[in-house]
Amino acid sequence: MTSSAASGLAEPPVAGPGPDERLARQSLLRRLLGRPELGALLGAVALFAFFSIVADAFLEAGSFSTVLYAASTYGIMAVGVSLLMIGGEFDLSAGVMVTSAALIAALTAYQFTLNVWAGVVISLALTLALGMVNGLLYVRTKLPSFIITLATFFMLAGLNLGVTKALTGNVASDSVRDMDGFDSARWIFASDIDVLDALKIKITVLWWLLFVAIATWILLRTRVGNWIFAVGGSAASARAVGVPVARVKIGLFMGVAFCAWFSGMHLVFAFATVQSGEGVGNEFLYIICAVIGGCLLTGGYGSAIGAAIGAFIFGMTNKGIVYAEWNPDWFRFFLGAMLLIATVVNLIVRRRVERSS
Amino acid sequence: MTDTADTTGAAPEPGQPEPAMPLIRLTGVGKNYGNIIALRDVSLEASAGEVTCVLGDNGAGKSTLIKIVAGLHRHDTGTFEVQGEKVAFGSPREALDRGIATVYQDLAIVPLMPVWRNFFLGSEKRKGFGLMDIEFMRKTAHGEMAAMGIDLRDVDQPIGTLSGGERQCVAIARAVYFGAKALVLDEPTAALGVKQAGVVLRYIVQARERGLAVIFITHNPHHAYPVGDRFLILNRGQSIGYHAKAEITRDELTALMAGGRELEELAHELDTAGSSATAKQLTKEAKHLGLTDD
Ligand SMILES: Nc1ncnc2c1ncn2[C@@H]1O[C@H](COP(=O)(O)OP(=O)(O)OP(=O)(O)O)[C@@H](O)[C@H]1O
Ligand SMILES: [Mg+2]
Repeated sequence: MTSSAASGLAEPPVAGPGPDERLARQSLLRRLLGRPELGALLGAVALFAFFSIVADAFLEAGSFSTVLYAASTYGIMAVGVSLLMIGGEFDLSAGVMVTSAALIAALTAYQFTLNVWAGVVISLALTLALGMVNGLLYVRTKLPSFIITLATFFMLAGLNLGVTKALTGNVASDSVRDMDGFDSARWIFASDIDVLDALKIKITVLWWLLFVAIATWILLRTRVGNWIFAVGGSAASARAVGVPVARVKIGLFMGVAFCAWFSGMHLVFAFATVQSGEGVGNEFLYIICAVIGGCLLTGGYGSAIGAAIGAFIFGMTNKGIVYAEWNPDWFRFFLGAMLLIATVVNLIVRRRVERSS
Repeated sequence: MTDTADTTGAAPEPGQPEPAMPLIRLTGVGKNYGNIIALRDVSLEASAGEVTCVLGDNGAGKSTLIKIVAGLHRHDTGTFEVQGEKVAFGSPREALDRGIATVYQDLAIVPLMPVWRNFFLGSEKRKGFGLMDIEFMRKTAHGEMAAMGIDLRDVDQPIGTLSGGERQCVAIARAVYFGAKALVLDEPTAALGVKQAGVVLRYIVQARERGLAVIFITHNPHHAYPVGDRFLILNRGQSIGYHAKAEITRDELTALMAGGRELEELAHELDTAGSSATAKQLTKEAKHLGLTDD
């Protein structure tokens, strides 16, 4: 294969070893074909065109910001989930962990009548601990992360409901809207920002872009990024050359937990109360974002930008169906179909690139 | 066992161990996998500027032996000394920190990752803030490979797309580049064509001339003999011979490798078939050649 980007690790060409004469000059297209994001990018463009045609309201500025908002709420989680997936693991507890994080903050702040920022910090510590538990269980038992996080998924889902009902007598947490610090926290986690007169976007969109940028920087430019690709591509090889595989994997689970904490804080400060049954099933949506974005299920390949495009596709479909005035029940069908198409396209693209060497 | 360890090249630098003390010494080492005895009472030395060859058939315990040296497994019995100090490594990192670099049979590479990322994996060069010096690493990977006579097309190429010999050379160049004092190679020539095997063998000689202690595992006596200074022959987890080059000819080495096993097996077969006279004769022959262990 002549692609320089086959693992999504391509660097912009730097001065140094020049290309060899045996290396057929790569067309721009060929280079693009090797990127993990390509399939998702094409899909995003196609979907955008499609909804622009079938749904008149889709192109309005307000709709666009709604689409971006939907994309960001899933995209933030997809950042952590895609890194974990590149590192070769799954986290099925990611969906309910968002709810757990939100509940921890809301319940502790309300029950102890603390400043909500105290709840935010306690939630950060405990949610990171949850991620660490996932990671430690994985590292210690060597069981597939699929099984371990399936177990923690059910445990957390049960805890969310059980603890909330025990404390509030209700399935939702009490409102923290009138508590100290709510406004400043809301400003950080759930405010609207005026971009232009007509265009307001949610602050989560900016956080999302920031997280994607940081994740991309980590993956491509830092030592830890090298290790993430390595532990996903071949954990045994990584260990043999001295990569601290266990620490990298635990760190990745904690990365998911961090994203879950952030998403949870958004829930708390956007709605002031948290529904304890929420989040179930969302873990698959995050995985879908990552896979549509070109992450390989087997690990070692993918990109955070791809996962972001995946989340954008998700947002467009989610809201586009509404703007096209179709029955939203169809959304899940479309999502499944898109997942299938995306994986097949990725497969074909990769085979093409490999064969054309 | 051997006494003819003439240390060629590499005058010992001050502070280095004297030539009399081998860099690596295994004495009576054994290893079990559960109830499988993979290695029993094996001794071996490797000194700077020498190539120690470990020969044996499939399953003889060669990989097990070097996994102990590399820090992937701990030995169960016997002693393992590095520069005269007893050690039992808990991880490959500890072995690496002692200057023991291993090129595994499966090469310990990540196929999907570019050559330069593999080259520096686990020992990335940094500029600060955890930021990698990517330009330096790409240039160095290319330069080191060129120095080995391998002109890489593209250091961004996934390493899985290189030929077997090229991959082998990346792994060796990586070990040498990171200042290994001892280089352990597990069957580096097994999957290679004649010419590529030649390239790897030449590189082993180069490493020796640079003053490294090399442990070279192979099941091919024709690859081992030209480059080796000492030869350890394993069979079913046990040593059936440990010789300096001066003590053994290529033919004897080949006979020890192939003949020893075949004669023994044949003797066993005949034994069970009842023709004990012939079996005894063969066993005697094998003993005469010094092939059996008792
Ligand atoms: N992890 C393990 N668990 C159980 N048995 C093992 C393990 N690794 C090796 N063995 C056994 O130990 C014996 C020696 O294996 P080893 O890999 O050291 O052989 P080898 O000489 O390297 O063979 P080859 O030439 O095929 O590489 C074999 O019988 C093998 O089946
Ligand atoms: Mg082996």
